[in-house]
Amino acid sequence: MSVPRAAPALDRRTLLSGIARAVALAGVGAVAPSVFTPASAAAMGADEARHLLSRTGFGPTPADIAELQGLDYTAAVERVLGKWRAEPLTAAPSWINLTPPQAREQAERFREERAERAKPKAAQEQAAPPSAGNAPAKPLANANPTQERARELRNWWVEEMLVTDQPFVERMTLFWHNHFTSSLQKVNFTPAIYRQNLLFRRHALGNFATLLRAVAKDPAMLLYLDGAQNKAGQPNENFARELVELFTLGEGHYSEADIKAAARAFTGWGIDRETGAFRAYPALHDKGEKTFFGRTGNFTGDDILSMILEKPGVSEWITGKLWREFVSLKPDDGEIKRLAAIFREARYEMKPLLRALFLTPAFRDPANRGALIKSPIELVVGTVRLLGLPVPEKTRLVRALQAIGQVPFDPPNVKGWPGGEAWITTNTLLMRQQILRRIVEATTVAPMGGPMQMAPAKPGRRADRREQMDGREEVMMEPERTPVEGRSLRSAGNSARLGPTLAALDGATLQRALLPVPPQMPLEEGMTAGEVVARLLLDPGYQLK
Amino acid sequence: MLRRDFLQVSAGLSVALATPRALAQTGTPAAKAAQRAAEPGAPRWDRILVLVELKGANDGLNTVIPFADPLYAKLRGPLAIPHDRVVHLDQRVGLHPALKGMLEAWQARDLAVVQGVGYPYPNRSHFRSIEIWDTASASSQTLSEGWIAQAFGGASRPAGRNIDAVVVDTNALPATGGDLRTIVMQDAESFIQQARAMRDGNAAAPSNPALAHVMKVRSEIHTASLGLAERMRGAPAPAHAFPTDPFSHQLALATRILLAKVPVVAIKVALGGFDTHARQLETHERLLGQLGEGLAMFRRNLIAAGLWKDVLVMTYSEFGRRVKPNASAGTDHGTAAPHFMMGGLVKGGLHGVYPSLADLQDGDLKHSVDFRDLYATVTRRWWGLGDTFGRRNPTMVDVIA
Repeated sequence: MSVPRAAPALDRRTLLSGIARAVALAGVGAVAPSVFTPASAAAMGADEARHLLSRTGFGPTPADIAELQGLDYTAAVERVLGKWRAEPLTAAPSWINLTPPQAREQAERFREERAERAKPKAAQEQAAPPSAGNAPAKPLANANPTQERARELRNWWVEEMLVTDQPFVERMTLFWHNHFTSSLQKVNFTPAIYRQNLLFRRHALGNFATLLRAVAKDPAMLLYLDGAQNKAGQPNENFARELVELFTLGEGHYSEADIKAAARAFTGWGIDRETGAFRAYPALHDKGEKTFFGRTGNFTGDDILSMILEKPGVSEWITGKLWREFVSLKPDDGEIKRLAAIFREARYEMKPLLRALFLTPAFRDPANRGALIKSPIELVVGTVRLLGLPVPEKTRLVRALQAIGQVPFDPPNVKGWPGGEAWITTNTLLMRQQILRRIVEATTVAPMGGPMQMAPAKPGRRADRREQMDGREEVMMEPERTPVEGRSLRSAGNSARLGPTLAALDGATLQRALLPVPPQMPLEEGMTAGEVVARLLLDPGYQLK
Repeated sequence: MLRRDFLQVSAGLSVALATPRALAQTGTPAAKAAQRAAEPGAPRWDRILVLVELKGANDGLNTVIPFADPLYAKLRGPLAIPHDRVVHLDQRVGLHPALKGMLEAWQARDLAVVQGVGYPYPNRSHFRSIEIWDTASASSQTLSEGWIAQAFGGASRPAGRNIDAVVVDTNALPATGGDLRTIVMQDAESFIQQARAMRDGNAAAPSNPALAHVMKVRSEIHTASLGLAERMRGAPAPAHAFPTDPFSHQLALATRILLAKVPVVAIKVALGGFDTHARQLETHERLLGQLGEGLAMFRRNLIAAGLWKDVLVMTYSEFGRRVKPNASAGTDHGTAAPHFMMGGLVKGGLHGVYPSLADLQDGDLKHSVDFRDLYATVTRRWWGLGDTFGRRNPTMVDVIA
């Protein structure tokens, strides 16, 4: 990829960042875009608006794009950065105040019940297998409470991503989740994972140093990387190693001795067994002398963090990671150094760095549009948001995410999801197409009651008949001449009910909103809106952002 | 036909034929050897399952009808199929008249009816329940890999295979996951079209690296589908013409794949529209007519091509329907239902137990055969593989010789 030269752009950048500061001071909500718009060069086009939105959110709707495209680009970036409410919209799961003893008791009770049930059941199976239908009809009563909480937690986040009005905060929360990984597979105490997610939200666009210090004392992290096991005399190096290798500096910037020293410094940071909260255990702290990064002293964990944060490498490491997340898979060394300096100058405040990142010529280069592959979450959540589909049951979406390799709260390992091109293999590509195909099918057969718009009703139409039927059950297909496939988005013709997000738009607008690159299979004359959307969703370009 | 007549007349002499079908029923050492051959370790990559999904939940009670049970007419009321219209299979049950096309297979003893197939704690959501069937999970368990993919997990593939399964439908889940390579044939034409477009245009990959990667992976898939298309181009056409409805269209495509000897282990087709919540009689009759006629023609074509023994047809559906009709002359979501298996090596006849109409649970039939046992049977006896889909002691259903 050609690297845009920095020199000519420099003046403009300086100017822009000056404006950005002014915007930040003025307060974003109150600022009319025209204030910054020196009329001529001002308003960005729909393509650039789509680029900014899809890189910083989930699938933007045509309305999202229309809302942004009249703005000056800098103002648009400010708008993306400006919205930040730390509290999620979605109601918290019911169990978030569960204590560790309560969780243990529940798990214990479940194990006992299961053991009890297993005995007669095994005997029953041996004797008379045919009568298995006699069992009580409530399967969820049997569910493992820990697994059930994990399911609810995943659904909770997916729900939040679907409904949020600040997608960039979700994307940053996801970024921190993938950076400071913790997994439900290991952290069995779901409330801790929930609180860790709130922590990421609180600091999503905040201060990296503050976040790092909080993460080091975060119960989920103390469980995930065994910090809670790290005691004087029996140091556990797991957290200390990942702290320097993955969280702050990267390989090659520390020695094994540094890791050993850091591990000793963190001893005594643990979890209160009764409340599940962070607790320092002074008796378990190694008070001896340690040598870290060439300095010797009676260091604590906080000292280690301070010494790490003094290293310029931290700003470069984080900048590089943000670059790969938001700009491209090939960081430009010169640009990374320049941005990292901004990050350090801002004392690890995220907003100045992110602002500078989105204003880089590399980010804005038209050739960069569509040059990243959508993560499974971006693909699935983005598509549901784009189509305005009602999804009452999130478990299905989570399962779709599992099939294509990204379950929230379950990164594959401490390094997080590898991402990039690894998202797409022959298997996951088929899976992705399959999921999209199912969404295409579901779009016209989704249960009523959601925000779907109906075509003007003719008497006796399917949609009318649908309402006469048993309302308690989802009605997937009705007795009609056509089988269900015959009524999918792609072949339902004009009767396809596009949701309000896509209704009444022409093919060119839809294409611009859905694809970052021209379609591999161009749209044809006379296609209905439903066919256009179906075609675009299944186009290779829809995999990109 | 000759061989079948022979078997019916003199089953005792059938050992002389030395077919696994004949041997499996006896306790001879040869039979044991045959059984061993069907156990894990000798995967039969040459055998093909043709999976038929009846989308929307087929009404099993009006498909295989317990006509002799007075409760049937009483409970089904206006939706009951009259006695004299039922195609009798024995003194108790019979087929819906629209399925008369399947009688030929029944009489030839290569149609099996497995009664009362379902699972404990039945889920009544279309999407969830079909997922349970597709992934062979327990009701409360969520799996992402299809059961055929699970069955072939870790099995080493013979050389010269580009594809493992073809799905002529939108739902590829049963054959999705693991390292099973499944092509969704519905898209084969656009795959080919795209591959051609790429060749005609600049040979160079797109300059956008992400797009280049997606296109590369697509082209790997395309290569497989092109190989498929090539094989099919030179293949003979089916001897007997299929009906013109969409289901038979799918079966015709499946037949062409089989006649072309495309080496796959599974082909999936589907017939949709079974969600008969209102005015069921007419719709159901039409759908069963398509099912029966289509499968009858499929069978005739494969027999004509000498391939009937390489194929096992199996129907499935997310659930059956409520025993009592609703107020719209339709039926709501139910539980257990009968399913069909057909093929040259199928043991024809009735299998399993018809769920009692006197012993319902919340108005629904209780299953007598767990569908995972049926899958375990197919996996073991048809493919010679070992997966039992979480069933510790699966009860094999004796439908495959």
